[in-house]
Amino acid sequence: MTAPQSLQLRCCDASGCRSAGAGALHAALLQARDQLGGAAEGVAIKPVGCLRLCGRGPLVALDRPGSGGIYAGLTPEQAPELLAVAAGLSHGLADQRLGPDHPFFALQQPVVLEGCGRVDPTSIDDALAMGTYGQLQRVLAECTPEQVREQVKRSGLRGRGGAGYPTGLKWDTVALQPAGLRYVVCNADEGDPGAFMDRSVLESDPHRLIEGLAIAAYAVGAQQGYVYVRAEYPLAIERLQLALKQARARGLLGAGIAGSSFNLRLEVRVGAGAYVCGEETALLASIQGQRGTPRPRPPFPAQSGLWGHPTLINNVETLAAIPAIIREGGDWYGAMGTAGSKGTKVFALSGAVANTGLVEVPMGTSLRTVVLTIGGGVPGGEGPDGGVKAVQTGGPSGGCIPAALLDTPVDYESLRQLGSMMGSGGMVVMGESTAMPAVARHFMRFSVAESCGKCVPCRAGTVQLLELLDRFAEHRASLADLERLEQLCGMVQATSLCGLGQAAPNPVLSTLRHFRQEYQAACRAPQLCEPLTSCSLEAKGP
Amino acid sequence: MAAEAVERTSRLVRQHRGRADALIEVLHQVQELYGFLPRPALHQVARELQLPLARVYGVASFYHLFRLEPPAAHRCAVCLGTACFVKGGAELAAQLEQRLGVRLDAPAGDGSWALEHVSCLGACGQAPVLVVDGQLAPKLPLDDPRALALRFTALGLDPRP
Ligand SMILES: Cc1cc2nc3c(=O)[nH]c(=O)nc-3n(C[C@H](O)[C@H](O)[C@H](O)COP(=O)(O)O)c2cc1C
Ligand code: SF4
Ligand code: FES
Repeated sequence: MTAPQSLQLRCCDASGCRSAGAGALHAALLQARDQLGGAAEGVAIKPVGCLRLCGRGPLVALDRPGSGGIYAGLTPEQAPELLAVAAGLSHGLADQRLGPDHPFFALQQPVVLEGCGRVDPTSIDDALAMGTYGQLQRVLAECTPEQVREQVKRSGLRGRGGAGYPTGLKWDTVALQPAGLRYVVCNADEGDPGAFMDRSVLESDPHRLIEGLAIAAYAVGAQQGYVYVRAEYPLAIERLQLALKQARARGLLGAGIAGSSFNLRLEVRVGAGAYVCGEETALLASIQGQRGTPRPRPPFPAQSGLWGHPTLINNVETLAAIPAIIREGGDWYGAMGTAGSKGTKVFALSGAVANTGLVEVPMGTSLRTVVLTIGGGVPGGEGPDGGVKAVQTGGPSGGCIPAALLDTPVDYESLRQLGSMMGSGGMVVMGESTAMPAVARHFMRFSVAESCGKCVPCRAGTVQLLELLDRFAEHRASLADLERLEQLCGMVQATSLCGLGQAAPNPVLSTLRHFRQEYQAACRAPQLCEPLTSCSLEAKGP
Repeated sequence: MAAEAVERTSRLVRQHRGRADALIEVLHQVQELYGFLPRPALHQVARELQLPLARVYGVASFYHLFRLEPPAAHRCAVCLGTACFVKGGAELAAQLEQRLGVRLDAPAGDGSWALEHVSCLGACGQAPVLVVDGQLAPKLPLDDPRALALRFTALGLDPRP
């Protein structure tokens, strides 16, 4: 992409910066431009989606040859000064400026987020000018569905919703079912606490998602699709609805798309606040207007999904990666990342860390790079690990990785080996003041509240686990409790019906594994415990 | 109001062409109409979508965002998601319980405020966050009691008299 010739201020208008006052800032900038006149009139002011450094909003990016950058924490009073800087009349606001060499931005590699913060999410013309829908049109004119699936297989892309299933294989499975109706579904339920990647894509670049979903529909032979968005994301829903309307009006959705014989109807379905509906079989039930309870698999949705027809379900980020993969080729994408985890991944970095926001890096980047270099470590934290005690990945299905293992590359296998998960991409940094049994209890409360109640191990088991964790968090546990805790975790893991119950013990097991001494210290007679040297923390590698 | 709401509910069902799979959409819209899901409205939805009442109740009670009781006049939601938890969300909830004189997640009483928890609003970059009557309030300054009190006041979260 070539840098725009003209001077331009891109103002973040996603919900993060909005809540920090982006609306007033944008209005003040427009007003200041009118008042200043002269050179300031040559500065374009454009609303865009997420500029990624969400914790420092409201953010405005300046495009100016040689001296561009992102300005953070702006007030409406600073609008005239910012315009003066943009017009080259001032060098002010220097201490609020972050250049492209700032570590938060320098190491990022935007693929899914390449249009995020650049395109105006409410304008299909702007999206088209940036090349969106170009790949859909090309594919419809030039490629067979098999050729599209071949590129996706070559890319090595794996599902970004948590399980990491190879996307190309899933597309093949759906496409190769006996002839008949099929559906595509985009999972935009994003329920993991600490995750906001999908929200940002929906709010910032909805046309990219629609393009990815339409290419997927073509590749598997579906003519009807749904995007299931959680109700907690009103701005995302509004922008997606608007984008769908615009795409229909331009003939990019509907009958005979872009002059081809391909038809696709897409509809939005809004959730109603049940985390378990992110699970694919529950999500399908919810789209059909039922209670969102999971059902056993097989049959998998790819074989029998909506109203019994083969249904492709992919996560927002998975689908948003498709246009770039088709444009640059599967091999290009597959050259990034590690052997088993290709491409880039978007992480939502939050918690006790200086720079919070969205981070897209190649798979295999170390946790240390993400949390310390890009994230800047714990504010005021010291030492080689920047004050980090643990990094939580994978939400309620994942676990806590101790600071001693910060050099772990972030990929599906490495995180799983440590008893955590990639999950959807939430990464919550914890400093020394966070107690691990309390973290485990936090997640168990979540699982108790969100268990759908269909199967006993999850419904009753999580409640019992929570009671036990209360004892540890409140320093009144016994040694026998530690044993019961581990046994019960194993039982719930092995016998629950769906991923929610199966993974609910993970935060407990991972903190037991890496921070066992904290559980032992919470027992009434800690001296009776096994020696502390048996903790994996003490036994850290060379 | 009542007759008009009944009429509008019928219109909503017709807009969805009476399709059973639109039940959740219809319930969302009915809740917008009344502020909650009153019993007679659920009966009406069941009748007009030609669904068993048990199915409609089953769905309405399954999803956390559907309310079967009238809500308090004002609602404050404290995020207790992981990022907010790390940034002191529980402490924020405790302070608000004190200030508003209501218990977290207590069923709607006769007070003017309801205090409830949510598990992540996707605003984790600005933790800890609240939602006050639909408005997101980011970065509550827990380490600065005076600034915090000012923010509470600006959000209309006045101490119980
Ligand atoms: C309890 C539970 C919650 C889930 N929540 C989500 C979610 O919010 N978003 C998502 O994309 N996948 C979620 N998943 C994973 C989906 O079941 C499914 O694997 C995924 O949407 C497939 O898309 P992908 O292959 O592109 O990842 C969840 C799974 C479980 C068990
Ligand atoms: S494991 Fe839990 S959430 Fe999943 S079906 Fe069983 S009770 Fe429901
Ligand atoms: S944890 Fe509070 S907004 Fe995500």
